[in-house]
Amino acid sequence: MSDFLTQTVLIATVASAIRLAVPLLLASLGETFGQRSGVLNLGVDGIMLLGAFGGYFTVLRTGNVWLGLLVGVLVGLVLGVASAVMAVTLQAEQGISGIGIFLFGLGLSDLLFQRLVGTPLPISSFPKLAVPGLSDIPVLGEMLFRHSVIVYIAFLGVPLSMFIINRTTFGMNIRAVGENPEAADSLGVSVTAVRYATVSIGGTLAGVAGAALAIDLGIFQQNLTNAAGFIAVALVYFGAWRPLGVMAGALLYGFVNALVLQFKTLGIIPRSWSDIAAMAPAIITILALVLVASRFRQPAALTKPFTRGA
Amino acid sequence: MPQTPMLEMKGIVKRFPGVLAADHVDFDVLPGEVHTLLGENGAGKSTLMNILYGLQEADEGEILLNGKPAEIHNPTDAIALGIGMIHQHFMLVDTLTVAENVALGLKSGRGALTDLDAVSARIEELAERYGLEIDPQALVWQLSVGQRQRLEIIKALYRDVHLLILDEPTAVLTPQEVDQLFVTLRQMTDDGRGLIFISHKLHEVLALSDRITVLRHGAVAGNTTSEGATRESLAEMMVGRQVKLAPDKPPVEIGPAALQIRGLTVISDRGIEAVSSLDLEVRTGEIFGIAGVSGNGQRELAQAIAGLQEAVAGSIHIDGQETTNLRPAEVRSRGLSYVSEARMREGVIGEFTVSENLLLIDHASEQFVNRGLFDFKAIRSHCEVLVGEYAVKTPTLDTPARNLSGGNIQKLIVARELAGSPKVLVVAQPTRGVDIGAAEYIHARLVDQRSENAAILMISEDLDEVFALSDRIAVMYEGQIIAVVKPGETTREEIGLMMAGVRPTDSRHG
Repeated sequence: MSDFLTQTVLIATVASAIRLAVPLLLASLGETFGQRSGVLNLGVDGIMLLGAFGGYFTVLRTGNVWLGLLVGVLVGLVLGVASAVMAVTLQAEQGISGIGIFLFGLGLSDLLFQRLVGTPLPISSFPKLAVPGLSDIPVLGEMLFRHSVIVYIAFLGVPLSMFIINRTTFGMNIRAVGENPEAADSLGVSVTAVRYATVSIGGTLAGVAGAALAIDLGIFQQNLTNAAGFIAVALVYFGAWRPLGVMAGALLYGFVNALVLQFKTLGIIPRSWSDIAAMAPAIITILALVLVASRFRQPAALTKPFTRGA
Repeated sequence: MPQTPMLEMKGIVKRFPGVLAADHVDFDVLPGEVHTLLGENGAGKSTLMNILYGLQEADEGEILLNGKPAEIHNPTDAIALGIGMIHQHFMLVDTLTVAENVALGLKSGRGALTDLDAVSARIEELAERYGLEIDPQALVWQLSVGQRQRLEIIKALYRDVHLLILDEPTAVLTPQEVDQLFVTLRQMTDDGRGLIFISHKLHEVLALSDRITVLRHGAVAGNTTSEGATRESLAEMMVGRQVKLAPDKPPVEIGPAALQIRGLTVISDRGIEAVSSLDLEVRTGEIFGIAGVSGNGQRELAQAIAGLQEAVAGSIHIDGQETTNLRPAEVRSRGLSYVSEARMREGVIGEFTVSENLLLIDHASEQFVNRGLFDFKAIRSHCEVLVGEYAVKTPTLDTPARNLSGGNIQKLIVARELAGSPKVLVVAQPTRGVDIGAAEYIHARLVDQRSENAAILMISEDLDEVFALSDRIAVMYEGQIIAVVKPGETTREEIGLMMAGVRPTDSRHG
C-alpha cells in the first residue's frame, strides 16, 4: 500500500488518466455538438471502432501515424454523414438507428481486421512532445506536459468547442436548433443544414477518437473500444452539454481507469478480482451521471426530428 | 384608391386530401393599414398566411409584392422580401438571450463571430423609438409574456419588416397589454408598414382594423371595414347564419352554496404554490366565472376540486360533503362534473371511439353492464341519444374521437359531463379553440344547467365569455382571488387591471 503513495506512482497515475481520457474526450466533444443541436447519436462506439481499424490499418501499411489519423477523420466523416442521413433526413428513431450504426461498426471492423490483418501486429505510436519550458516544472510538468501530441490536440479541442458554441453564429444556430427548431426555422436558419453539420462533426471526432485509441495503444483487436463510445455519449449528459463538463467527465473516467490499472500493477487488487475491478470505471461514471446529470435540463429538442409546419 | 397595394394574393388555391383549404382567395394589403383576416378554425386563415410566409406552397394563384410577382418557397424568401410573421405561439428560444434571439438567422457584422454588442445597441434604439422596453441581455425564459410579445415585435422591426403577419397575437395578453400592443402596431402603420391581423376576438378586430376580410370554408365570405361592422355582423359572416354571442339567461333563484372552498392551497407540478389559501363559494343556480391570465393557479384550482391535485391545506365541500383529497371517482360520485381545459389530454382518449369516450365515467354502471360484460345495445342507445341531444357531428359512434373537430370533441365532453345532472360543474376554458356555432351551443347548455340549479364554476381566459355567462366574476391572480364583482357593475378595463394584479381600492363589490 505504501508503494502506491510514492510520488512516482502518483505522477504516473495522473499522466495515465490524462492519456486514457483522450479518446473519450474527443468522442464526447463531437457528440456534444450533435446533442446541442437536438440529435442523439448512439452509434459513436461503432464509428470509433471503424475509425480505430482504419487508423490502425493505415499505420500498419504506411508507418505514418498522421496518415492513420487522417483516415480516422475520413471514416468518421463518412459515417457521421450517414448518421445524419438517418437521423435528419429519414427521421429515424435516434436511439434505434444509433444502435444500428454501432452494430455495423462492431461487425465490419472485426470482419475487415480478420480478412486484411488476421494476427494483431503492433504499430508505431504517436510521437511524444515535451512542451519546452513547461515540461520542466517539477511534478506538474511530468503529469501534464510530457504527452503524445494527440493529447494536446484533444485538450485544445475543449476551448475551441466552447468558442464555437458560445461565440460564433454557427454555435448560436446550434443552440437555437437544439432548443426550438421551429423558431430557428421561422427566422431562416436551416435546421437540416445545422444538424447535418453537427452530426458530421460528431462522426468525424468519433472516427478520430477511434484512430487515436488504436494508434496510442499500437494495436487493434475485436471490440477494441470496449464500449467507450457509449460512455462518451453518457459523458455528454454528465457534462451537462458543455465542453468543460464533458472534459471533467472524461478525466474522471480516465482517472478511475488509471487507478484500477495501477492497483492491479501493484497487486493491491488480487488477480481473481480483476474482472470486477474492470467494471469500476463504468459503474462510477454511471453513478456520477445519475447524481449530476439530472440537475441540468437537456436541449429541449433532443431526439426530436423536425418537420416544418408539423 | 390609387395606391399600389404592397401585397396582392390572387386566386390562391390550396388543396389538402379531402379539403379545399383555400378556394380562389383574393387578399391585399395597402401600405399603412391593418387588414384583418377573420374566420373560424379551419376557415383557411392559417393556410393563406403559411403560403405567404413560405411555410406551405399554393397549388394555384399568384402573390404580388408592390405590383411585382414574388416567388416565396420558404421563410428565408419571405424574410428577404420584407415579410415578417408573429406566430400564435412565440417563436423564441428560451435558453438564448434577447439579443441572440434577435440576431438569429441574420448575417453578423463580424463574419463567423456573433456581434451581439451591435445587435443590443440597435435593439435599445428600436425599443426607445417604439416604447418597447426590454433588456437585450436577459434570457428569454426570464421574460414575462408581455415582454416576449415585445421581443417578437422587436425581431420584426429589427429586420425592417414592411409587411407583418400577426397570428392571434393577443391570446395570452391582459387587456392592458393588448392596448399597449395596439399602440405599437399603430406606430408601425404610421411608418407605412402593412399589418395582417388574425384574431377571433371580435372587439379587438373592430378596435384595430382598417379593413376586414372574412373567410369561411376556405373562401372569402365577405369584406368590410371596422366602421361598417358590428360584432354580430362579423359573427354572422363567419358562421353563415345569425348567432347569439351572449345567451339569454332566464332568472333563476340562487340557492345555497353547493361548492365551498376554504383556505385551499395547492402545489403545482413544478413545485411552486399555485393556489394560496383560496376561499370561494358557488351557489346553486349561478355561474361563477373566474377570469385571469392563465398560469395564475386556475388549472390547479380546477384539478384540486376534481381530485387530480393534492390539496396541501384547506378544504373542499361539494353539496355539504367534504371531498378534500378524495380520489377523482369518489369526488364525482358526490355530484361533481369536470370539463378540463386540457381537452385532448384529460377530456378524451383520442384513440377511443366516440361511444367509448361517452362511457368513460359510467362504464361500470349497472345500466351498461350485464353479468360482467358490456351491454352494447344499451350503450349504443345511450350514446345515440347523447350525440343527438348535444349535436356532436361524427360520422359514426365508432369513429376515433381524435378525428373530430375541436368543437365537436368539446361537445362530446360536455355531453358526457352534463349527462348525469351534476350538482357542481367545473368547466375550464369551455370554448377555447371552438368555433362560434359550437361555442353558442355549449353556452346554451351551460345556461340550461344553471336553470336546473347546478352550481357552475367556469374558468375562462375569454373575457367576453366571462361577461356573457357569469352571475359573479372572480379575478384570480397569483393563486388568490383578488376580487369578486358582478358583471353589470364592472368594466373590461377594471377586470383587466385586476388580472394584472391591481387590487380594487374600494370595497363596493361583494
